[in-house]
Amino acid sequence: MKTTRRDFIKISSLGAGTIALGTPAIKFLAGADDSENKGKSGAVTRTPNYCEVCFWNCAGWVYKNEEGKIWKIIGNEDDPHSYGRFCPRGTGGVGMYYDEDRLKTPLMRVGEPGNQTYKEISWDEAFEHIAGKMKEIGGKYGNESIALFKHGSSGKHFGKLMSAFGSTNQAGPAYAQCKGPREEAFALTFGEPLHSPEPLDIRDTKCLVLIGSHLGENMHNGQVQEMSEAIDKGVTVITVDPRLSTAASKSKFWLPIKPATDTALLLAWINVIINEELYDKEYVDKLTIGLDKLKDHVQQYTPEWAYGITTIEPSQIRATAKAMADASPSVIVHPGRHATWYGDDTQRIRAIAILNALLGSYGRRGGFYLPTKAKLPGFPSEKNPNPAWSWRDIEPEKYPFASDGVTNLLVDGSHPDYKGKHSIKAWFVIGTNLPVSIPNTKRTVEAMDNQEFIVVIDTMPTEITGYADIVLPECTYLERYDDIRVSPHREPNIALRMPAAEPKYESKPAWWMAKELAKRLGLDAYFNFENYSEVLDWQLKQIGSSLEEMKKIGVKKFEREFDDLYFAPGEIPEFFTGSGKIELYSSELAAYGFDPMPVYKPLPEPEAGFYRLIYGRAPMHTFSRTANNPNLTDLMKENSVWINPKVAKEWDLKNDQKIWLKNQDGAISSFPIKVRVTERIRWDSVYMVHGFGHKDKRLSRAFGHGLMDTEMITNVLIDKESGGTGMRSNFVTFLTEKPEKEVQS
Amino acid sequence: MRYAMAIDTLKCVGCSDCVVACQTENNVPHGYARDWITETVDGVYPSLELEFRSERCNHCDNTPCVRTCPTGASHIIEGGIVKVTPGKCIGCGACIQSCPYDARFSSPEGWVDKCTFCDHRIANGQDPACVEVCPTHCMYFGDLDDKNSNVSKVIANRKWKVLAPEAGTDPQIFYLI
Repeated sequence: MKTTRRDFIKISSLGAGTIALGTPAIKFLAGADDSENKGKSGAVTRTPNYCEVCFWNCAGWVYKNEEGKIWKIIGNEDDPHSYGRFCPRGTGGVGMYYDEDRLKTPLMRVGEPGNQTYKEISWDEAFEHIAGKMKEIGGKYGNESIALFKHGSSGKHFGKLMSAFGSTNQAGPAYAQCKGPREEAFALTFGEPLHSPEPLDIRDTKCLVLIGSHLGENMHNGQVQEMSEAIDKGVTVITVDPRLSTAASKSKFWLPIKPATDTALLLAWINVIINEELYDKEYVDKLTIGLDKLKDHVQQYTPEWAYGITTIEPSQIRATAKAMADASPSVIVHPGRHATWYGDDTQRIRAIAILNALLGSYGRRGGFYLPTKAKLPGFPSEKNPNPAWSWRDIEPEKYPFASDGVTNLLVDGSHPDYKGKHSIKAWFVIGTNLPVSIPNTKRTVEAMDNQEFIVVIDTMPTEITGYADIVLPECTYLERYDDIRVSPHREPNIALRMPAAEPKYESKPAWWMAKELAKRLGLDAYFNFENYSEVLDWQLKQIGSSLEEMKKIGVKKFEREFDDLYFAPGEIPEFFTGSGKIELYSSELAAYGFDPMPVYKPLPEPEAGFYRLIYGRAPMHTFSRTANNPNLTDLMKENSVWINPKVAKEWDLKNDQKIWLKNQDGAISSFPIKVRVTERIRWDSVYMVHGFGHKDKRLSRAFGHGLMDTEMITNVLIDKESGGTGMRSNFVTFLTEKPEKEVQS
Repeated sequence: MRYAMAIDTLKCVGCSDCVVACQTENNVPHGYARDWITETVDGVYPSLELEFRSERCNHCDNTPCVRTCPTGASHIIEGGIVKVTPGKCIGCGACIQSCPYDARFSSPEGWVDKCTFCDHRIANGQDPACVEVCPTHCMYFGDLDDKNSNVSKVIANRKWKVLAPEAGTDPQIFYLI
């Protein structure tokens, strides 16, 4: 097996730095020239930023009113992520700043672990205590024993600190709870993961197939906008979903599939496209490897076979395969994003990747474009030490294709039942609410209870902060500098985040926390700057811009180096796979004992009286982190459970009735949820939006509103290739009376 | 001059961005909204039709709210925009009762509030906040008396409907279907 592809995508570290200076008290707004940002009396002012309410990171302008108060956020016209228009979450991002429930000062637990009583402490006390604990625990067990769970822009600053400290035990839910299997499936097929934003040429596509994406409910902004543009141009949308999603309602074909059978449908499509010779012959001949093997393999997967599994009629399967082929190569079988469903997710997404390859859409106009990004050099810094071990060593036999930190491996290594040599003894958690974002909360809590020390950095008192020994209040993205956004897109582009206001309360930026901790750990050389604006200005000047310029424009685009947005006609590119070709048959998977081509394997089914729990997104909320935002709770303050009218009748359930849910393992929800009786959901499933049912009373608007789906997700089927946690094999039943809470699995 | 809005239900995803953009633009207090999303589902699984609509004051030509206002606080300005003068409003709520679209509400200050078509933005040549922010570009705003305006063109070229036509209010929000 070649490892070149994964080595290729790693980003190399940087050169040596110089001596750090002392740290006087600094104003975070202060830069070389920030007078324009102080909100002159009587004038409306604006500063550039990119959004942190979700990972799409749209660039926009933060407006302050005549009194100098933050007023509204509007998209930046030059930004390819937002095209000048924010989604509701970004527009409501001002609520993050004004939320009076924010964490305000550093906090220290009083008394024993498990005692959720905290006292306010100073930043100096917090840093001294944390640095002391890091040295103590690092001294006892090695610095590698301290793990970092991270998300978003601020996670990067602590990632840098932990790498400098000597621990690469770093992971985020964005991989193993989200797009991990997808990234590996595309890497195994095309040699490269998709990254973010996905390089989908939706605006020019003629056929968009959504199987595992509900655009319009997930507000992946640029994609939602391009889908709307494509609708204007007459695109054929095919949506596969057991629920009439928003996108399904806009589709020419809605295939209301039986949940957990997607792979069967995908294989039947492949069967039709090969057997009816609907594939792009020249493309497949020249660019791919394994067609003969694939053809033999899929003979068993006829549309008639799939009908019995998926409940989709063979004529519909053939008609939709034909519609895709008619549009080829301007067709996109959407790769999805949150792909961790059933524990066979790398294989399922491999089927999607193979379908795209057969349709010749990868590297073609209206299919997948070939992204590029600006080459922004890293700020000079000391070289990181080489840790003795890393997350992969916790269970060395597991997840050979994981190319990024696997959160659940860190949980495994932290758990009292761990028998291996590489135990985790302390956690740093920044920007992610782990009891809600990682399934099987009970196990996560057991792992936390087994830690000697936990530090949580967040803007809000989310559930995870209740498990911390020390809580550090981070300021919001509207009050800080962060790294320049450098994202892959059609054109290289960069975006600036700068503070629009001083941090509220005692909150501080993560870069400052990391730097102050580094100072106390003797790691000053890794944070060789006073204010992060210096770092940005230095970086920007290396590529012909400057902080001064970026403050005025917010987003800067560059020319593509080559005219290579798509493959040239007749071009035979080399792919970073073992064979150098697009791998319909994966030798890499075969070498590790996995199925080299996707195989349909039946998944668990609900018992009588139970329904498959499907969860998803609402356009006005992100994960579990926005449920307390005053602007966004105004739009949606709780989730409901969608129940088909036939099922509701059987159970005598009415709209807005409050019920509790119990799952197949006996887990009972902490809070009730309102019933929504609707034809939009199949009779064998129920649906709810993720991210509600918060249990921390300090979240005054979110506490007790709705139900936390993660509580119902105790059966986690792990994707053996990537480590992704499949969460959609959980089944629930309804409790109409308030349950006694002694049963909790 | 006749301001109107057309909203394409084939593109609207019901995301509520128009709602939050209006709230921030116009400093609408939390818990109140000048525009909102309506969802309608017709049929039986799996033969279903789903429609999202962004709704607000229809800035009607025939205005029961203005007629019922005892103080003259509710009035019509240039372009047919229906507005409320807070200083004149006594908060009696007659207009709220008379509106077939339930587009008006009592603000915490006691006066009646509603959509203004963002006339303060129109004065600067900008679209209303809801139109400008919409990520699906499903809203068109402009002058119906100008045959070349975006709103005139889409109404001329597409099928459309208005809400509660039976109320006889001659509403000026057109839903493209």
